[in-house]
Amino acid sequence: MSFDAALVKKDFPLLQRRINDKPLVYLDSANTSQKPQQVIDAMSQFMETTYAPINRSAYQLAAESTDAFENARSLCRTFINAPRTNEIIFTKNATEALNLVAHSWGGANLQAGDVVVLTQMEHHANIVPWHMLVQSHGIQLRWVPLTADGQLDLTNLDELLTGAKIFSFTAMSNVLGTLTPVKQLCAAAHAAGALAIVDGCQYVPHNVTDVTKWDADFLAFSSHKMCGPSGIGVLWGREELLNAMPPFLGGGNMISDVRLDGFTCAELPAKFEAGTPPITDVIGFGAAMTYLNAIGMDNIRQHEKETVSYALSALHERYGNDITIHGPTDPEVRGATLSFKFKDVHPHDLSQVLDQSNICVRAGHHCAKPLMRLLGANATARASFYLYNSLDDVDALVNALEGAGDLFSL
Amino acid sequence: MPGLEDLYREIILDHYRTPRNRGELAPPASKAEGHNPLCGDEIQVYIDVADGIVRDIKISGQGCSISQSSASMMSAAVKGKSIGDIRNLVRRFKHMMSIEEEGNDSPIDESQSLGDLEALQGVVKFPVRIKCAVLSWNTLLDALNNA
Repeated sequence: MSFDAALVKKDFPLLQRRINDKPLVYLDSANTSQKPQQVIDAMSQFMETTYAPINRSAYQLAAESTDAFENARSLCRTFINAPRTNEIIFTKNATEALNLVAHSWGGANLQAGDVVVLTQMEHHANIVPWHMLVQSHGIQLRWVPLTADGQLDLTNLDELLTGAKIFSFTAMSNVLGTLTPVKQLCAAAHAAGALAIVDGCQYVPHNVTDVTKWDADFLAFSSHKMCGPSGIGVLWGREELLNAMPPFLGGGNMISDVRLDGFTCAELPAKFEAGTPPITDVIGFGAAMTYLNAIGMDNIRQHEKETVSYALSALHERYGNDITIHGPTDPEVRGATLSFKFKDVHPHDLSQVLDQSNICVRAGHHCAKPLMRLLGANATARASFYLYNSLDDVDALVNALEGAGDLFSL
Repeated sequence: MPGLEDLYREIILDHYRTPRNRGELAPPASKAEGHNPLCGDEIQVYIDVADGIVRDIKISGQGCSISQSSASMMSAAVKGKSIGDIRNLVRRFKHMMSIEEEGNDSPIDESQSLGDLEALQGVVKFPVRIKCAVLSWNTLLDALNNA
């Protein structure tokens, strides 16, 4: 099918909003994405017609609610090509999913001196849970360094992985936009006898995801970055690993029996889903995946490749040495997330100037402080594009930067 | 929508381009460090206190024009002042930024002019930037408490 971002944008009511009689240019989708009418309607309709508890009541309404909920799980299995539907665990967000693996698998299997390998481009959600295991279990962290153009430097990967129990890495950097060679990294982890955990927060919303082809062990991602509501995330894990792991949170739904002297866990996926989940949000997440499937993840990736390619040349052509864009220059190995430095303007001030033109970019450390230190910056401005951003949005950014430097020239 | 000229007054940009009292003070000067977790701005405030007077103050670190100029103006405003006067000034400045001290209902002494600091009044129209403006002031309070 042909892809037209301007048509796609019409599906998103919020993007029709005008502020001060000017259109909105939303370039902060790496932070969180906007929602199409289809998702909003699916959630409203579910609450108007079908909402009821799941998994615990016998009446017809509850059965319908449970079916709708489980249908979203099934959609999710297909979306990432997981072998089994019971391997899809709904969490609060990707952060909780990564914490679940770190604390459940890590807590049970890691001992003092055991090695976990991370990369220097991780965001805090894939750093802090492991730091917590350093404190509680005495594990050691090793870090895969970066090349000058912001890709993973894999020169000494095998050495870094020697003796490691876990290799946990992002499939796409939220700051640099770098796509990492996930399949190769999973293979390297397995060759060293380590598990491969993929942080898919930035990758899954923008690309075709295939955990089977990757041969990964775990994948974490969030609904809110892929046109779905916030409050829902996913942990996918291989069944045998999930079965062998101790439960994470305890409570209703995750048990098959509770006695005065103990409890027995439920089967997957309930084992890791304690308490009442955000039912309506899961329905919305399902609608978001249906929406993205209809457009086609390969079309979205192709659109973003063209967008980032256009943005890179437009920004460089207009501003030359006044702009520094972090990360790889080759659109084949990067997504449409651009962190940049413009003249000497602090990102906060830059974002303030852009806001006058309703251009929404993130300014700050992007929850990736170790990477920011490596870049020698306390903060960057970040423009991130998605399926609803046309090349007009790129032009708006390029034009709005004009003159931004004059105010602050030192 | 308030315009950029409400925020980026000339005096603010002047303090941003030419910050006053930049540098460090060696111990036994009191030092405090402040972070804005939202944006990664970092600031260090050094003060030399003798006989209840802040004899010298130096600022280091990096941040946006609002946090840097606010720190610069603050340093100029507090140098040579008594700790009591400075605490009152901090309270007045934060009051101007719509931040009130919890549990302190005593009247604020507004007899002295705020001078250059009044240029930062426009920041309140941009609520996200209030944190930038008060970062150095909170760090100054920490430095006073450490002294």
